[in-house]
Amino acid sequence: MASVEQAHEDAHHGPKWLQHHFDTPIQQFESAKLGMWLFLAQEILFFSGLFVAYGLVRLSFPDAFAAGSAQLNRYMGGLNTVVLLLSSLTAALAVRSAQLGKKDEVSRYLIITILCAFGFMVIKFFEYRLKFEHGLLPGTYWHPHLANAPDHMHVFFGLYFMLTGLHGVHVVIGIGVLGWIWMRNNRGDFSKEYWTPVDLAALYWHLVDLVWIYLFPLLYLI
Amino acid sequence: MATAITDDTNYINAKSGIASWALTVDHKRIGIMYLASVMFMFGLGGVMALLVRTELLFPGETIMSPRMYNKVFTLHGAIMVFLFIIPSIPAALGNFFLPLMLGAKDVAFPKLNLASFHIYVVGSLLAVVSIMMNAVDTGWTFYTPYSNQSVGTTTSSIVTITTAVFILGFSSILTGVNFIATVHKLRAPGLHWKRLPLFVWGIYATSVIQVLATPVLAITLFLLIMENVLSLGIFNPQLGGDPVLFQHFFWFYSHPAVYIMILPGMAVVNEVIATFSRRKIFGYMFVAMSSISLALLGFLVWGHHMFVSGMSEYATLVFSGLTFLVAIPSGVKVFNWVATLYKGSISFESPMLYALAFIVLFTIGGLTGLFLGTLAVDVHLHDTYFVVAHFHYVMVGGTVFGFLCGIHYWWPKMFGKMYDENLARISFALVFVGFNMTFFTQFVLGSQGMPRRYYDYLPHFQRLHGFSSIGSYVLGLGFLVMLYMFIKSLMSGEKAPRNPWGSAGFEWQTESPPIEHNFHHQQVMNRGPYDYHLATEDELFDGFEEDRPAKSE
Repeated sequence: MASVEQAHEDAHHGPKWLQHHFDTPIQQFESAKLGMWLFLAQEILFFSGLFVAYGLVRLSFPDAFAAGSAQLNRYMGGLNTVVLLLSSLTAALAVRSAQLGKKDEVSRYLIITILCAFGFMVIKFFEYRLKFEHGLLPGTYWHPHLANAPDHMHVFFGLYFMLTGLHGVHVVIGIGVLGWIWMRNNRGDFSKEYWTPVDLAALYWHLVDLVWIYLFPLLYLI
Repeated sequence: MATAITDDTNYINAKSGIASWALTVDHKRIGIMYLASVMFMFGLGGVMALLVRTELLFPGETIMSPRMYNKVFTLHGAIMVFLFIIPSIPAALGNFFLPLMLGAKDVAFPKLNLASFHIYVVGSLLAVVSIMMNAVDTGWTFYTPYSNQSVGTTTSSIVTITTAVFILGFSSILTGVNFIATVHKLRAPGLHWKRLPLFVWGIYATSVIQVLATPVLAITLFLLIMENVLSLGIFNPQLGGDPVLFQHFFWFYSHPAVYIMILPGMAVVNEVIATFSRRKIFGYMFVAMSSISLALLGFLVWGHHMFVSGMSEYATLVFSGLTFLVAIPSGVKVFNWVATLYKGSISFESPMLYALAFIVLFTIGGLTGLFLGTLAVDVHLHDTYFVVAHFHYVMVGGTVFGFLCGIHYWWPKMFGKMYDENLARISFALVFVGFNMTFFTQFVLGSQGMPRRYYDYLPHFQRLHGFSSIGSYVLGLGFLVMLYMFIKSLMSGEKAPRNPWGSAGFEWQTESPPIEHNFHHQQVMNRGPYDYHLATEDELFDGFEEDRPAKSE
């Protein structure tokens, strides 16, 4: 363990965005990226519990699931899918622009992404409002205005609200994160050399998109 | 190139004030704060345990009502598992020593590290609030339907304590993410994977489980909370739900969590055995890989908690078979430790006593696990004191002994003070004897048919129950002596040298206590952490030529 270099903080050289405990920018970038992927892995396992519950309850009550699924509006769900896919594209474009150091483009793409996220939530709001009006609510609040709702249809809507609700929470968090990145971009924090946070935020946003890609067919289509 | 190392500044006295601790991003200070918190929680859970054992001194009511008893054993389990054991070694000792062993200046994400400590504090406070509101009596497993149509407790207290555990889970996940990234990206030059200290391997395997298993607990508890608030009908059988699904979900986390608890204990023991027998760990790569394979196997055996819960018999067969596989990596570890000791130059300082006790107790705990993994025997032993004794041999005999082993071993490094070795040996003897009195008795009780969690028992069990309770008092006394010893050391312990045990481990090559940035120089590892065959006794205690701090001119 020879002393090859002084590592005191006062002797620390490098750009100001390089944190003191990293030696090189590439080390900082790779650590951050690995950390984000690990975080996304735990997100997937977080949702996996809900997907397993969905599969099991669906096996137990196939009729209730068919009837529940028929109550959902495929067009609104489909529109939301398109909106989210578009936002994922603009998030990816924002990363590319950041890598090229084009600050204004990054800002523009981030705004489109955030607007899409808001659009998703607005459409979701109208969907939820319809369900509330029809009494298609989880558990104790279940009072369907339907002629002959099959038994256990309330479990479908319980799962529907858990799945879309937790996904919605992730969208809202995403709006916050992307807004913060947009603000930092305008402040001039990022450059051709340093765009890690833009990349990480976009990775998170792709995961939110990915979860929806599974939710849409599972709840609306099959 | 030389720097003066005349000043006495270290991570403890570099800054002062409460804010300098509460808002620090220094992994060493965060580790110490975790250490203080988990020790406090251990004390709280320990008091609960003594209350349970006191109630069981005699049949019938001794000191509390049946309803109170249900609450006390639930809280003992919940506090010990979620607030003490899970964060004990990884968050406290791991935080402190992982970067030191890697030759790094900090963990990969220092702010995230602080955030996970704050999350731990919030979760702990919420848990304490829920205990004061109206404690739960479901058992620490929160099984449905106990947890959604409970008699002795209220929905609101179940919601608060499960929310607390939900929050604590994120602390664990973020620590895991942090440590994995640190091990991958912050190793000093020369520290390749085959040179990694085995403590690091153990913590790494633990972190993998923390990241992949804990989110499943989080979603399970979230659904349980929602089941209580909204009556979803996923777990509650009255609404069409499946309570066995809850058990599957719960054990999908909580079995891997057993390895979150035991792997760090094994990790500490590796370091101590190598140091006090002055030998390279026998079969290094096998020991490292056994940690990884335990972490992976841990995900495949959750069903063995549910042999009598109504699974298909084919599923129980598979789970039983997979459970036996766990014995292989566990056996690899035990045999390799023994082989390391063989022809070693062994000395019996207190950390080594704990490490040797760990090997014995873990072996008993592990072998009795095979009884429970055997389908036919498990039907007889399920939910008896045999199970209680088995997991206490693993959790206390394994993890707690590993934790104590680590504290005794690294105390001089963490606080720069030595402790009274005689007192340490006395407390070790009390803890070891008390532990075996308490829990070996319970193997006998269980095999005779004493069910766990019962408030009352048949009069002919009284002698064994009484013996077990007296054992728990001896255990408690041992911990009091230890507490006195550590406080005495903090107050008036003599200054610890840089490397009091003469270890070749990397963490001993810096000051005791370490300076704020861990090392004076960028570390370059050109030897392994167990290369005792390359060193003389003087080099071990005084440092290797190239490690010695450059003298000021």
